[in-house]
Amino acid sequence: MTGSPAIVATDVARTYELDGVSVTALKAVSLTVEADDYLAIVGTSGSGKSTLMHLLGALDRPTSGTLLIGGRDVTTLDPGEMAKLRNETIGFVFQSFHLLARTTAQDNVALPLVYRGVPRRERRERAAAMLERVGLAHRAGHRPNQMTGGEQQRVAIARALVTGPSVLLADEPTGNLDSATGQAVLALLESLNSEGVAVVLVTHDKDVAARAHRQIRMRDGEIVPA
Amino acid sequence: MRISEAWRVAVDALRANRLRSILTMLGVVIGVAAVVALVAIGTGTKQQIESQVEGLGSNLLLVVPGRLEAGAAATASTMTLDDVDAVTRVVGDRSRVAVTVASGETVRAGSRSSFASMQGVLETTPTVFVRNLDRGRYFTRSDVSTGRRVAVLGSAVARQLFGDRDPIGRQITIGGVRFRVTGTFEPLGQSLGVDRDSEVHVPITAAQRLLGTDRIDGLAIRAPDRERIGALGDAVVAALVERHPDTDFSAVTQEQILGVLGDILGVLTGVLAAIAGISLLVGGVGVSNIMLVSVRERTKEIGLRKAVGARPRDIGVQFLLEAVLLTTIGGVLGMGLGITAALLVDRLSPVPAAVTWWALALAFGVSAAVGIIFGVVPAQRAGRLDPVVALRTE
Repeated sequence: MTGSPAIVATDVARTYELDGVSVTALKAVSLTVEADDYLAIVGTSGSGKSTLMHLLGALDRPTSGTLLIGGRDVTTLDPGEMAKLRNETIGFVFQSFHLLARTTAQDNVALPLVYRGVPRRERRERAAAMLERVGLAHRAGHRPNQMTGGEQQRVAIARALVTGPSVLLADEPTGNLDSATGQAVLALLESLNSEGVAVVLVTHDKDVAARAHRQIRMRDGEIVPA
Repeated sequence: MRISEAWRVAVDALRANRLRSILTMLGVVIGVAAVVALVAIGTGTKQQIESQVEGLGSNLLLVVPGRLEAGAAATASTMTLDDVDAVTRVVGDRSRVAVTVASGETVRAGSRSSFASMQGVLETTPTVFVRNLDRGRYFTRSDVSTGRRVAVLGSAVARQLFGDRDPIGRQITIGGVRFRVTGTFEPLGQSLGVDRDSEVHVPITAAQRLLGTDRIDGLAIRAPDRERIGALGDAVVAALVERHPDTDFSAVTQEQILGVLGDILGVLTGVLAAIAGISLLVGGVGVSNIMLVSVRERTKEIGLRKAVGARPRDIGVQFLLEAVLLTTIGGVLGMGLGITAALLVDRLSPVPAAVTWWALALAFGVSAAVGIIFGVVPAQRAGRLDPVVALRTE
């Protein structure tokens, strides 16, 4: 996989129709995420960085331009195919973790494998291995409300990794964590990056962004010089 | 996603909101229970009436004055025993012809009394209808021709007047006139709403003298076989019309009576089931409503599932299964409740109830169908949620 880029966006634009008024959230953005990239997208709220992240994660489709994720043209895919693409190539880490509240850490981690049709036994094994990877093997049977914020975010990272994605998209991954815990989470993401997973951070935190190998600054739906 | 996985998720979701799930089910439970119980009552009533009509005897032809058709007024009888002789000549066998003149009378024995239906009949009654004697004997042709005052008691009358004592040979009075008991009937129970056990049979001649009349109320013929029953009815009616040019007569068979009653009860059962079905429909609307609430509440969860790879179909199936699970569990509970209600009604009230397999299968199928029909809209809504919007929801 190394060599061919994970994501290639060319002149990607996204406009929304709100009450008959069209609002441009993203104007002709071009961006390549390399297979071993460690990239931070920074910008104020409303700058279009979330819209860009949704597009890079195949959660949304561009209004115009071309977007290749894992070599596939997103604009030609239907919602079901996009779900499959997300499942196979993207791992999401959210600011608010988005763990299922009534579900154990192990089953939370195993969730993406459910939609891949992996048998239950194998799912549990792979989820357990991934929890071990993020240092939470002892928390496998715990529910989110029995864990600290940092632990919850590590469970979420394990969930993002369990399918073996080529890109990790992290939207303000340290936003709900204290700084020490945030550092630990970033260190985990960085060690994953060194193992060959592309990491894209979306953040407005300068210190977090500074740790990335490169930064992209967004303003008014465009990439501006850093 | 595998379907077994979807089932597990659906069960988990229902358990997470246990009280709400139970209350939602309740609508379906009540609807299905109502359908099962009411259909059981309709079916039971129909079966009971059919067995009562068939229990009268086989190949019976009932001859009554007037026309039997909807809206026709009952016609007063003008038939007499002379007409019976004419009918007997048509039939060719006196033992196949039975007649009645009936009147409610107070029957006394010593200090005890009982209100009974006095039936003035021929000695042929036990051979035309199914009437078995418990004790003693029925009266004879000579008892009828001489108008002897002898009586055969229904089991309830015998018990009220004599308790455990043997009534055979004892004196009773009917409407103040002395009769001697020659026999008692075996218990027969209700038949078409008439308590057959509070009948007292006496020779028709004695009854006519007691009542001061020479009329007879009704005439029944037991046909030799099913094939000739129609022709025999026509011949009997013709003979009667010849003797009473101003009066119409009708001959009806058991099959005709059963057919008419069956049609009426079938319609009645259908109407009851339809009314109960409306409550099932209301239960279904409740399911739909709660599923829409559930989709809204779990928007974030739907967004997350989609982000990690759930297709619109996976989410839709999950919510549809949840709705179907609600209604089928409700359906099974409703069947249990309906069967229990039907059994209680059958046991504790005079209304009969018969639970049939087809009614249960129908109720289960309908409740599952209700889940699918009322689950589709919420499921589609969940499946089509935009993951970006869903994830943003707090």
